[in-house]
Amino acid sequence: MIKLMKGNNALVEGSISAGLDAYFGYPITPQNEITESMSVRMREEGRVFLQTESELASVNMIYGVAMTGKKALTSSSSPGISLMQETISYMAGCELPTVIVNVQRGGPGLGNISGAQGDYFQAVKGGGHGDYKMIVLTPSNVQEMYEMPKKAFYLAFKYKNPVMILADGVIGQMIEKVDLNELAKYPDEDEVFNASDWALTGCKNRSSRFIRSLIMEEGALTEHNYKLLEKFNKMEVEVDFEEVSTDDADVVLVGYGTSARIIYDAYLNLRDSGFNVGYLRPKTVFPFPSKRIAALADAGKKFMVVEMSSGQMVEDVRLAVLGKSEVQFYGIPGGGVPEVETIISKVKNMM
Amino acid sequence: MKFEMPESLKKTPQHYCPGCGHGIIHRILSEVIDELNIREKIIAVAPVGCAVFGYLYWDFDTCEAPHGRPPSVATAIKRTNPNKVVFTYQGDGDLAAIGGNEMLHTANRGENITIFFVNNVCYGMTGGQMAPTTMPNQVTTTTTQGRTEEDGYPMKVCELLSNIDYVHYLERVAVNSPANTLKAKAAIKKAMENQLNGKGFSLVEILAMCPTAWYQTPVESLQMIEDTISKAFPLGVFKDS
Amino acid sequence: MKKVEINREYCKCCGICIEVCPVNVLSVSKEFNTSGVHPVELIGDCIACGKCYLMCPDFAIEVKEND
Repeated sequence: MIKLMKGNNALVEGSISAGLDAYFGYPITPQNEITESMSVRMREEGRVFLQTESELASVNMIYGVAMTGKKALTSSSSPGISLMQETISYMAGCELPTVIVNVQRGGPGLGNISGAQGDYFQAVKGGGHGDYKMIVLTPSNVQEMYEMPKKAFYLAFKYKNPVMILADGVIGQMIEKVDLNELAKYPDEDEVFNASDWALTGCKNRSSRFIRSLIMEEGALTEHNYKLLEKFNKMEVEVDFEEVSTDDADVVLVGYGTSARIIYDAYLNLRDSGFNVGYLRPKTVFPFPSKRIAALADAGKKFMVVEMSSGQMVEDVRLAVLGKSEVQFYGIPGGGVPEVETIISKVKNMM
Repeated sequence: MKFEMPESLKKTPQHYCPGCGHGIIHRILSEVIDELNIREKIIAVAPVGCAVFGYLYWDFDTCEAPHGRPPSVATAIKRTNPNKVVFTYQGDGDLAAIGGNEMLHTANRGENITIFFVNNVCYGMTGGQMAPTTMPNQVTTTTTQGRTEEDGYPMKVCELLSNIDYVHYLERVAVNSPANTLKAKAAIKKAMENQLNGKGFSLVEILAMCPTAWYQTPVESLQMIEDTISKAFPLGVFKDS
Repeated sequence: MKKVEINREYCKCCGICIEVCPVNVLSVSKEFNTSGVHPVELIGDCIACGKCYLMCPDFAIEVKEND
């Protein structure tokens, strides 16, 4: 069924068809449609909805639901997501499957309410305390806002780890055609979502369980960290990105989310005027497509990274390229939107 | 009356200081759980504080919440698992300081959960600092000259929450004497039964000894509750709507 | 007849049971437990009132039929 929908609303439909058990949220622009639509749709579906007193409450509520092996999601925007960082670290420490949606806005501080990408470091490098990682999915259209919750829950339960959908205000507010198709089942989905061997469900017919991240015995937390590290490394197989005509490209344009839409215009324009450029859009920014970028760098490609920030993902591109080729950055922080014409002229200068 | 260790308590020594009220509360709570036969339906939420290790002693499913957030965690567990018995066990720092807003709104929504609030007028685990409940002139490691006006006034949680419409049951008890401990057990049982009968938000505030942070012997700390703390925090039922 | 039983290893010698025993038949023993604590011991006829059980913070006291 094809519909015209806002990104935020599509995410709600996608979450519901992914089997969401509970939603908790707090009002903050530019993600309010998620909370509002959840308040209607979740109740229609007879599932749990609660508007909370703060993002601290919301994130701790999905933490609680995850303890019992059920699917819970919260959504917010940059300042609210900052309030959630402590508990996200707890989720990683306790190995709990949760989904957190960040519809990024301009920052720092109260910032503004337009789309931005200044929370990349927080999401990918860990905004909370301790060594942990979060799988981070980056939608760049309304269809992906619909489809990504299902994938996010699958990965969250598969790795028993928090997963973030890192969108931005433009994607959230944009209205596009979306096919509300039946989301495909993962082959091992039933097994992955079955939490009966670890979740807290009341100790009937089994010994009691506890789930916690406080690990005080000598050396035990270090061991726990090594176990988590192994898991984070395994997440590498989940890397996902879209790539167009990079083989014969001299310069590869790299961008995610709304920036990906902008560089795609520049890419088409440059190709039309005979310039060999490629396009690479990470759909996961953790795990980051470092291997692929390294391979392109080995093949002598240069890179133009475009972000709605002062440059954060560009550091991961540079890490992948390790100086083997030129990496340029063009970005506008504070809720600004990069210009296609500027990208075109900058890329031409790299040729 | 039976004076034998309840089933719901694991057979293990515990880490609390000599004379600490937590041990007594853990036991009477477990006795109630046995008597109501709900051990297998419980999902409990432990705090950050001395009682964070509750799950080492409680033989029922327990999770650990970030500091101050048990009421939110419990709210969500109960709403998505309505047939489970969900309670939080929190100290005064956890509930009334960092977790004050969660406490307030969980009560305001009348969540059908139970909160066991252990008030020992200090932060025990971190070495005896001032808590919201610390009394005027009480010496702690952060009010070495005694608590003064500039440090605020002791927060009376039962009185505070009693004005909230959807709160069902509030009682303050103590575990500083055999008689008080029996009354405390009765209050715990009533609060738990409220949840089983879907009556909504119940909170039992339990004055407990913390000899280490009060610079007293365990026996003196019994008297401290009798003479001082139960005057600042009067025992009794504050709401039973 | 029920009688108090003390788990010497759990006892931390807080002294509360000695304080609340109405017939003063509990006292600090000379020996040490493995934690280096002098556990409490029974030194007279217990009347099985259970007050010590009620007030022991360390799960160290039960009052049971001594078969």
